Amino acid sequence: MTRARKVDLITNGAGRPVPVEVNGKRTRPFAGVEVARPEGRHASPPIRSCADYPDDGNKLLPDLETALERCGLRDGMTISTHHHFRNGDLVAVPLFDAAARMGVKNLMWFPSAAFPCHEPLIKHLDSGVLHHIEGSLNGPLGDYCSAGKMSGLGVLRSHGGRFQAIQDGEVHIDIAVIAAPAADSFGNANALTGPAAFGSLGFALADSLWADRVIIVTDNLVPFPCVPWQIQGNHVDHVVQMDRIGDPALIISGTTQITRSPDRLLIAEMVARFIRDAGIMKNGFSFQAGAGGTALAFAVYLKELMKEAGVKARFIRGGSTKYLVEMLEQGLTDYILDGQTFDLEGVRSMRDNPRHVATSPLTSYNYHGKGNFASQVDAVVLGATEVDVSFNANVVSHSDGRVLHGIGGWQNCLFSKCTILAVPSFRDRLPVIRDRVTTLTGPGELIDVVVTERGIAINPKRQDLLDAIKGSSLPIRPIDEIDAEVRKLCGGAPAPAKLSDEPVAVIKWVDGTVLDTAWRVA
Amino acid sequence: MNTVALVKAAEAGRRGKDVRSDLWVRVAPRQAGGIDLNLESRVALYYGEALRQQIVGVLTRLGVAHATVEVDDAGALPFTVEARVECAVRRALDDTTPGAPIPSPGPAGPERPRSPRARLRRSRLYLPGNEPKFMANAGLHAADGIILDLEDSVAPAEKDSARLLVRYALGGLDFKSAERMVRINQLPLGLSDLNLVVPMAPDLILLPKCESADQVRQVDEHILSIQKTLGLSGEVWIMPILESPLGIQRAHEIGSSSPRIVALTIGLEDYTAELGVTRTVGGAESLWARQALVNAARAAGLQPIDSVYSDVADAEGLRRSALEARSFGFEGKGCIHPAQIRIINEAFAPTAKEIDWALRVVAAFEDARKRGLGVVSLGTKMIDAPVVHRAERTVRAAAALGLLPAPSDRAAADEGRRDP
Repeated sequence: MTRARKVDLITNGAGRPVPVEVNGKRTRPFAGVEVARPEGRHASPPIRSCADYPDDGNKLLPDLETALERCGLRDGMTISTHHHFRNGDLVAVPLFDAAARMGVKNLMWFPSAAFPCHEPLIKHLDSGVLHHIEGSLNGPLGDYCSAGKMSGLGVLRSHGGRFQAIQDGEVHIDIAVIAAPAADSFGNANALTGPAAFGSLGFALADSLWADRVIIVTDNLVPFPCVPWQIQGNHVDHVVQMDRIGDPALIISGTTQITRSPDRLLIAEMVARFIRDAGIMKNGFSFQAGAGGTALAFAVYLKELMKEAGVKARFIRGGSTKYLVEMLEQGLTDYILDGQTFDLEGVRSMRDNPRHVATSPLTSYNYHGKGNFASQVDAVVLGATEVDVSFNANVVSHSDGRVLHGIGGWQNCLFSKCTILAVPSFRDRLPVIRDRVTTLTGPGELIDVVVTERGIAINPKRQDLLDAIKGSSLPIRPIDEIDAEVRKLCGGAPAPAKLSDEPVAVIKWVDGTVLDTAWRVA
Repeated sequence: MNTVALVKAAEAGRRGKDVRSDLWVRVAPRQAGGIDLNLESRVALYYGEALRQQIVGVLTRLGVAHATVEVDDAGALPFTVEARVECAVRRALDDTTPGAPIPSPGPAGPERPRSPRARLRRSRLYLPGNEPKFMANAGLHAADGIILDLEDSVAPAEKDSARLLVRYALGGLDFKSAERMVRINQLPLGLSDLNLVVPMAPDLILLPKCESADQVRQVDEHILSIQKTLGLSGEVWIMPILESPLGIQRAHEIGSSSPRIVALTIGLEDYTAELGVTRTVGGAESLWARQALVNAARAAGLQPIDSVYSDVADAEGLRRSALEARSFGFEGKGCIHPAQIRIINEAFAPTAKEIDWALRVVAAFEDARKRGLGVVSLGTKMIDAPVVHRAERTVRAAAALGLLPAPSDRAAADEGRRDP
C-alpha cells in the first residue's frame, strides 16, 4: 500500500523543492550554509523530585513492558533509541513488540540510526503501532520509506542535527530507551565493559538529558557505582535487565576491513599524499577518518607518511578502529577524540587509555551551540554516492532516489578546514560525478577536494589549497576533466532517474532547516 | 552488407550475484521478425537505452538481422558489451571455423602514438584476458606496461571470448602511459589471437614458451601480414618468454631472430618444473638460467626482464627479489597485482647514489673531451668507455623518471665537491 500525499512545496535556498510542513510541523527551508539563526531557549524536561524515586537507588523493574507502562506509554508518543549496537541491536525490536502487546498506536521511533536488523519493525509500521521513523533509514526500512509506505515523512538528520533537534525542542522525546553494556540499578551506565561493550554512549546523551522519561536496559547489572557514568542515573527513571542487548559479532562494524581493491587503495594513498603535499600534515595537526575500507586504508598510508616525516598529530577524530589505536599507542597522536568505536581494540583503548576520549554530538557536532570541534579538524575524509561539478554531494540516496543510508556525522564533518571526498570515479558503469546530485546532502561550498582514482579535483573556491599543492606530483585536475573522462569510459552520461513528485522523507541541514527531499520511488 | 544466419543458440559472458562489470548474453536463431531483445541490467535506469542501441548496433555490424537475444548485464562498460555480444554471435555461427564467417579482423583501433623501442619496462602488470572488471582502471596504477593475458589466466573454453575482450579493451580503453602488451597463446593457437588483436595496434606481443627462432618468425610474419592487409603502420614489438631449458639454451638465437624483439623475459614456474626441481625463495635452481638470459639478451642488444614474484602479500620478499634481479642485470619484472608495481618501479630505478656517480662520470667525460684528453679520470680512477656508457644509461633512466636533481642543485653540489 502506498499513501499518496498532497503537500505544499517551497523552493529552498539550494534550489530544491521541500515540503513546508513535515509530520504536522511547519519547517524552515534551507537558506544557506550559515544563514539561519535560532531563537528562544532550549527545550526543558520536567522537574522531578527524589521523593518519587527509591532512596536505596534501586530503580529495577522486571521487564520492558512494565517500564513502558510506568512511563505512561500511550498513543502518539515518541520513543528514542541509540544505534551503538549497529546491526547487532537486540533492543529496538522487542521494545516495539512490547508496545504492540500493550495496544498503543501511532508511535514515532526516533533512533540515532536504523540498520537492516530492524526490518521486523516493518510489521509495526504496517499495523499502525509505529506511525513513522525519524532517523537514518537504510536497507529494508529505506526501501519501505522510499516506496511511500510509511504514514509520516522520514526525517534524516546528521548526528549533530539530531542533538540540535532535541535540544531546540523540534523533537520531543517522551521515552528514551537506552541500552547500556554496563549499568547499576540507579541507572548510571557506560559502554566500556560487559558482553556487549561498544565504547561510548555518546549518541544517547541528549536523549538522557531531554526525554520526559528514561529507561536503561542492560544485560550487565553491576553494583552501584557503575563508573565512569557516561549516562548519569540522575536522569534515569527505570532500569530493566535483559538477557542480551546486543550481538557482539555484529556490533563490530562490518566496515572495519581495509579495502583490498587496488583502485580504492590508490584513492586512499592519494588522499594521504594530498594531506602531506598540501602542508596539512604537520606537527599538531588533526584529522578524521571513519570506518569503511578506503578511510581505513587512508589512515594506514597517512601513518606511514607521518612516521617518515616525524610528524605527530594533536588529535585524531574517530570512529576509532585498531588502526587509530595503534597510532595513539605508537605516539603518532596525543589524543583520539572518539564518537564511536568500530572494533574491540577501540573499546579496550577507550576503557584503558585516558588519551582515548569519548565524545558526544554535543562536543563534536551540535551546530546550535557555542562552537563544536568539527570545524577545528584540519582534514576529514568522507565518502559520497554522488558529487556534482560544483562539489555538491549526496550521501543518503542511490542515484535512482532510493534512500540508501543515514547522514551520520557526515554533514557535521563538512565544517572541517579541509573536507575531502574519497570516491571511485564510477561504480558499475555509473559515474559518481553528475550534473546534479539526486539528493543534496552537502552544499558544495563546504566540500574542498574530491579524490578519485583518476585524479584529484580541488574546489576552485579553495585557491589556498590550489596554491599549497603546487609542485606536488599528484594528478590535480579540474573536476570537469575527470567528469569528461569518466563519461567517455562509461559511454555517455547516465539518463537522469525519473523521480515522482511525492515526498517520502526530508533531509535536514545541521541547523534544522530542510535541505532537500527524498521522493517516492516506483 | 552480408547477412549471416545463426545456426544455433549460444551464450557468452558471465552472470550471477558476484559478477561485476560483465555482461551475459544468449543469442538464438530466429527465422524472421528482426531482433527480439530481452534486456536486464543493473544500470537499466541509466544506460538501458544506450545498452539496447549498442547491442543492436553490434548485431547489425555482424550482419545478424534476426535473432532472439537475452541479456543480463552487471554494469558492463561499452568495450565489454561489444566483446560479449560479438562472442555469442560467433559461437552461434559455426564451431568448426571460429571467427571465419565474420568479416575479420574487422575495424582497426584508433591511431595512437607508438611505443618506442627504447623505453622503461620495469613493471608490467598481468591482467586476466577474460575478466573485464580489472581492465578499465589498469592504466592508473603507473605500471610501465599492461599485459592483457590470453594464455595461462584464460580457461581453454574461453579463449575465443578473451580474445574479443582483449581486442575491444585495446580499442576502447585508455591505458594512460603504460605500454599496451598482449600475451598470446603458445603457437599455433597464438596466431589466431593475433588476427583479432593486431588490428587494435598493441605495442608489444609476448610470445610464451618460446623455444626457437622459427616461432618468433612465424609471429613476426603474421603480424606483418595482418598489418599489410589492413594498411597499418607502426612497429609491434615482440618479447619472447623463455620458460624451458631449450628456450634458455637458445636464448641468443631467439633474441636475434627479429628486429622487432625488444626484450627477453624468463618464466620460472615452467622452467623449474621442466628441470624437475622445486622453485625456492632463494632461487639457486634458476640462477644459471637467469644469468644466461641476461647475458643472451645483452649480447643481442635487448632488455633482460625477470619473471614474476608470486606472493602478493610479501612486499619485503618482492623488494629483495627485485633488487637481486636488478643486480643480475635485469631491467624489469612482472607484476600480478597492482600493489607490486611501486615496489618494482622503485627497485629498478637508479638510486640517488648511482645517479650522483653517473652524473660525475658523464661530466668528467665531457670535460676530458672538451680538453681533448684521451683518458677520462674521476678522482684517482681511470674511466673506460663502457663505464661511460653505463653512466649515460643511468642518467637517461633517471631523466625519464624525473629523478635528476635540478641543474642549480647540481652545480651547487659540484661546487661543494671541488672544495674539499
